[in-house]
Amino acid sequence: MAKYLLIESRDPFEVNDVRYYYDLAAALAKEGDVTLFLVQNGVLPARRCEPSRHLTVLAAAGVRVLADEFSLRERGIAAGRLAEGVAAAGLDVVIDQLAEGRKALWH
Amino acid sequence: MAEKKTLTFALMDAPYENARTTTALRLIDAALRRGFNVNVFAYEGAIGIPSAKQAPHPNAVHGRDVIQEDHPNPKEWVAALIKEAEKLGGKLDWVQCGLCVDERGIGEWITGPRRGSPADFVKFIEDSDNTLVIPTK
Repeated sequence: MAKYLLIESRDPFEVNDVRYYYDLAAALAKEGDVTLFLVQNGVLPARRCEPSRHLTVLAAAGVRVLADEFSLRERGIAAGRLAEGVAAAGLDVVIDQLAEGRKALWH
Repeated sequence: MAEKKTLTFALMDAPYENARTTTALRLIDAALRRGFNVNVFAYEGAIGIPSAKQAPHPNAVHGRDVIQEDHPNPKEWVAALIKEAEKLGGKLDWVQCGLCVDERGIGEWITGPRRGSPADFVKFIEDSDNTLVIPTK
């Protein structure tokens, strides 16, 4: 099974093509193991809000949705406010998944 | 003991402009701390990250002098990463794209990074366990 690491650094409130990246994650998850790692302004939809439903749907479809702890702290988003299906994680996850040879893509 | 794994990062953003630079340096730090060797290919504006002529400045608006302002410069972060790699017994090989250096006239940088070309990036990719390209918009 192919393994993918998709890193999303952009904010869907500002950049519409973030949704296409979520779609890519969903499509890849049909055939592979996918982690969607949110970082920088990419973590903004991780807090419970209208757009976070897309992340919850992704998680239900088998995508592992993680949000960078540091980026969350910078933006005052407490771990207890994360949307269903989203978990906080450190950058070590990115390093470990790169080391295991996942196909990695930054957006 | 197994040979250390190597990760390569390609950076493209100029310093002081985007959070991607901070995230990239955090990733390099995390990789070194986890015991990996790290290659960096600094392309386009990213060749300015270790630029030697970066200087801290005061903040007249807030009435702070240069010491009070404590303005961070990315060259110091790169120097710290190089030192960290040595301390951990790892390796941080930072290549500055020579074409990009010449275009921008930024040919002086701190001790550690070396001048190279896109061919070095190809070699990095071939010799690494994985590569992450962090592009500009």
